Amino acid sequence: MIRFLLDGKIQEIDDVRPTESLLSYLRYNLQKTGTKEGCAEGDCGACTVIIGELSDDDQISYKAVNACIVFLPTLHGRELVTVESLKGEDGRLHPVQQSLVDHHGSQCGFCTPGIVMALYALYLSDKSPDLPQINDVLAGNLCRCTGYGPIITAAHKMYDYPETTTALSMSEKVALLKSLEEPHDQKNYFAPTSKDDLAQVILDHSDAVIVAGGTDVGLWVTKQHRELSKVIYLGNVMDMKQISERYGNLHIGAGVTYTHAMKLITRHYPDFGEVIRRIGATQVRNQATIGGNIANGSPIGDGPPCLIALGAKLVLRRGQVSRTIGLEDYFIAYGEQDLKAGEFIEEIILPLPTAQQHFKAYKISKRFDQDISALCMGMSFHLENGRITNVRMAYGGMAATPKRALACEASLEGGPWNKAQVEKAMQALEIDFTPLSDMRASEGYRMQVAKNLILKAYLETTEDPPQMRVLGQEGRAIG
Amino acid sequence: MAEFVHKAHAHDSSHKHVSGEAIYIDDLPEPRGLLHLYMAQSPVAHANITAMNLDPVREYPGVVAVLSATDVPGVNDVSPSAGDDPLFAEAKVEYMGQSLFVVAAESLEIARRAAKLAEISYEELDNIVTIAQAREIDADIDAAQIMQRGDSAAALEGADHRETGHFAIGGQDHFYLEGHICLVTPMEDGDVHIFSSTQHPSEVQHLVAHVLGVPSNAVTVELRRMGGGFGGKETQPALFAAAAALVVIKTGRAAKLCLDRDDDMIMTGKRHDFEIDYDVGFDDLGRITAIEFMLSSRCGYSLDLSLPVNDRAMFHADNCYYLENVTIHSRRFKTHTVSNTAFRGFGGPQGMIAIERVMDVIALRLGMDALAVRKINLYGKSTRNITPYYQTVTDNVAPEIIAELEQKTHYQRRRGEIRAFNKTSPYLKKGIALTPVKFGISFTLTHLNQAGALIHIYADGSVHLNHGGTEMGQGLFTKVAQVVAQEFQIDLDRVKISSTRTDKIPNTSATAASSGSDLNGMAALNAAKILKNRLIKFAAEQHDCKPENIIFRDNMVYVGNKQISFADLANQAYMNRISLSANGFYKTPKIHYDRKNHKGRPFYYFAYGAAVSEVLVDTLTGENRVLRVDILHDTGKSLNPAVDIGQIEGGFIQGMGWLTTEELVYSDRGQLMTHAPSTYKIPTCGDRPEIFNVELWDRGHNTEPAIHRSKAVGEPPLMLGISVFSAICDAVSSVGDYKINPRINAPATPEEILRSVADMQSNVK
Repeated sequence: MIRFLLDGKIQEIDDVRPTESLLSYLRYNLQKTGTKEGCAEGDCGACTVIIGELSDDDQISYKAVNACIVFLPTLHGRELVTVESLKGEDGRLHPVQQSLVDHHGSQCGFCTPGIVMALYALYLSDKSPDLPQINDVLAGNLCRCTGYGPIITAAHKMYDYPETTTALSMSEKVALLKSLEEPHDQKNYFAPTSKDDLAQVILDHSDAVIVAGGTDVGLWVTKQHRELSKVIYLGNVMDMKQISERYGNLHIGAGVTYTHAMKLITRHYPDFGEVIRRIGATQVRNQATIGGNIANGSPIGDGPPCLIALGAKLVLRRGQVSRTIGLEDYFIAYGEQDLKAGEFIEEIILPLPTAQQHFKAYKISKRFDQDISALCMGMSFHLENGRITNVRMAYGGMAATPKRALACEASLEGGPWNKAQVEKAMQALEIDFTPLSDMRASEGYRMQVAKNLILKAYLETTEDPPQMRVLGQEGRAIG
Repeated sequence: MAEFVHKAHAHDSSHKHVSGEAIYIDDLPEPRGLLHLYMAQSPVAHANITAMNLDPVREYPGVVAVLSATDVPGVNDVSPSAGDDPLFAEAKVEYMGQSLFVVAAESLEIARRAAKLAEISYEELDNIVTIAQAREIDADIDAAQIMQRGDSAAALEGADHRETGHFAIGGQDHFYLEGHICLVTPMEDGDVHIFSSTQHPSEVQHLVAHVLGVPSNAVTVELRRMGGGFGGKETQPALFAAAAALVVIKTGRAAKLCLDRDDDMIMTGKRHDFEIDYDVGFDDLGRITAIEFMLSSRCGYSLDLSLPVNDRAMFHADNCYYLENVTIHSRRFKTHTVSNTAFRGFGGPQGMIAIERVMDVIALRLGMDALAVRKINLYGKSTRNITPYYQTVTDNVAPEIIAELEQKTHYQRRRGEIRAFNKTSPYLKKGIALTPVKFGISFTLTHLNQAGALIHIYADGSVHLNHGGTEMGQGLFTKVAQVVAQEFQIDLDRVKISSTRTDKIPNTSATAASSGSDLNGMAALNAAKILKNRLIKFAAEQHDCKPENIIFRDNMVYVGNKQISFADLANQAYMNRISLSANGFYKTPKIHYDRKNHKGRPFYYFAYGAAVSEVLVDTLTGENRVLRVDILHDTGKSLNPAVDIGQIEGGFIQGMGWLTTEELVYSDRGQLMTHAPSTYKIPTCGDRPEIFNVELWDRGHNTEPAIHRSKAVGEPPLMLGISVFSAICDAVSSVGDYKINPRINAPATPEEILRSVADMQSNVK
């Protein structure tokens, strides 16, 4: 049985398939049809719901997620909030809802419940968001009718409405959630609560699929229609969801979500932060983990090129034995990683920046938000007296794995940081990569832009650089 | 008197949209014994089917029925016109994704899994995927057309300047958020009731009857709302409804067919992609003296609506401009890809962008401002006002709208600033463009311009409204209810808006061609007037008062010196056996068209608008942003300004998406590679320009007596997005110092922009 809180009542469900989708359970079992399916891959946001989790300080932290790719058992011990939950006790619309009505924020209405929930999460977390924040919160909610204008207006104005009253107080909810702390007893679904437990569960069930945020594995089920009979869920492994700073490194637990890591990483490496801001959208980053982004071995994940360029290391663990490897060594070939049976990624060690260090990162895609890269580049280097040293460059989307540009690095290392040298480095890139053509970009475009990004990095580090980006940090408009 | 029209009212369902209480078809309670359906699709683009064994599918546990072409009792066709869209493939398949058979099972997962077990052998044939391949072998799916006025060949010869060129315009997926779906239940006598997410209930009804071999009165189609349509649910829903209805007839059980996003995008038609060739002659002032166009389109494997879509492209290749000697050729090509269909604008956008590109090209050649070229070519008021199809433009307000927008947005000053910026910015370039829109309103197939409505007044004074239009988010139901409330002078919430049903309003046209409120609003007004006249006549007799002294106002009826509530009058009328139900009907006057000669008046009137867009382009990556957009649009005397502004903003963003990020990629084998939002990118919230000013033109007034002098608004604003494309071209032109035409195809993806930049740089060197 799994148990979770919904609208003040504890839901108890027996015999849940480990990959049963929250969306389908809501719509077809609970008859709560307000939450819609638009794409079943976490790309449109029509199924946005909110999940509440008890935090250490006895508060509930809420986050928007895509219900289509949430496996139902992962809700155990948590609170679920849907579009049907928001009306006040007296039947009044919630401020978010009323603001959307008053500002003509819906046309066909099909994306609207998801938009309501994305904005409700914003309403809970922030009291005066600016436009880039609103854009960010809504980047994962596609609307084909309105052009978004009235929705943005509604988001600005939603704070002007009187609060609605709810049936349960926060402390009552906390008490109810605490009553759910007893572990579930589902078959074929494991949710260990510590790294030690996890290490053992993985050894015991080598046939199980490990799920962290599920923003990739979820699609194996909804898109490839694969049956996963056994699942190990990482979301409750609390000691793997921490970030700590030690001896000049950030130690990022493999279960840390991109949302959690974004602020801290942005502070140290603004360009990396900006790449993270453009990974998926809010709902995806609320679930997706940095560890998962690495573990799945994708050649087009956006985390690895930045992390490799920054010299990040992985701590891999099997049972009680740990080993540390350079991140670039983890990726062996397409679909092949340096991960032994029973082993898992425990943490990522990211060196903190040094005084002479520059870090540049660029994500190139057809669309700015919620898109998969055509290519992504991270470049770390030191500049001293017009010379470039300690060059590390890595690209995603250019090869079968995220990969360092070794020939290009070598052509730059120790040389003068000028246009002639940059042009040589651009040529050297042809030794490093032979990209492919697909629906995202052609090989020619990938190669040309990969080269141009080195030029861009150069120009951005010259004195009094010209304007080089069409979109500023945090999605702020330029020009 | 209370005004219900010309006033902002919220969408009638908005409070249900936001609370999750608005019911879409998949939200309906599922009937007892519901079967779930999956349609098996062809894995190849063009092949003979040499063997098909479906027994393994039938034997899979949980499968209840497997139906294919041999099971169709009527005609195996769901095409809107030409008889070339088989419900299930027979001897051959002609696109990847074509329907082969339907599996009915106890769950969708079972149906989907079972479908994979079919044993089918194919003899693969050569496939034609692109327009170029089709042109090579003259694979026309429909007769080529020529629209002509004057002698373009001779005038081209004698022109002061002449430019020729070629460019391509990509297609577009509708990406309505709710995919195709239908729910069919068995009724007695072998009848079926169909909930279908469709813009055209009557066509679904007629085609299902055709497939089942039963009269139309055995099929009822109903829907309350769609989660978006945009033309994608005009002809496409019949395929799914017919398959589900067939299952219901064969099994006696209810059936639901709900496509997931991938199947929806693979199986259903899209906007036609076009290739444009132009040959234009012009004088020193930039005035066009002769022009020839060849508009070539990819129609896909069947005709569907390709005939009127391509005709509409021809009708809009003039846009707002007088073309003195003009020949517009149109070729419609057959390819082994999904059959392209209606999409907001219906060919108009593709025709319009052709002439807008020509304006840019002329400006570059003469070193002029593109806006100056546009202005000098505008239709005149009393001369130079005949279209290539010989309709006289009598309501031309483009010059006024352009002038007002140019001045309001400081176009000239900003253009200067942009040129200055580009001189100092080596890699980022800005561009600006002002483009107008003139869009013809009416179905070009004249008989479609008709509509019906049905109004009941109940004895308590509440009103029940039906009409033939469908609600897909555009606010049609709200507007029509406003018209009825206005006529009766009763509160909007006294008018119940209900499902569109073929058993209430028969033989309707699709809710398409921007015609929804024009046609259905007038039909409803007609019905309301009939009822109102009955009530007036009754009240006059009852209270011994002259009919002209009876006034409806504020939920009351003033009968001479007396006042009665509308509800009481309804009750009195009922007690006195006055019929309180009426049908209304409307047909658009004045229109006629001789298609053979491409002459006539296909359009009742034109809708106008204009937009200025400013963009920023990165010449190292091709990335780009739309920085600012200003729109001035003519909706006549708007029925509902809030709804109309929503249509304009949404239409513009959709047009911008079509021309920038939305790229459909087909493989050489004819496989659509972009069939989900992970690979097909419609605009997101952050793509909306940060400065986005949208205004209704305050002098708007329909010169024709359309419903309350408003103008249709569904499609025209989409074409305002062309200003973004022209602005991108302007930005790229700066790389060649505004001397060379950047050969950019649409969509202007980062890759396409970078390619054109490189192309231009190699030309400069």
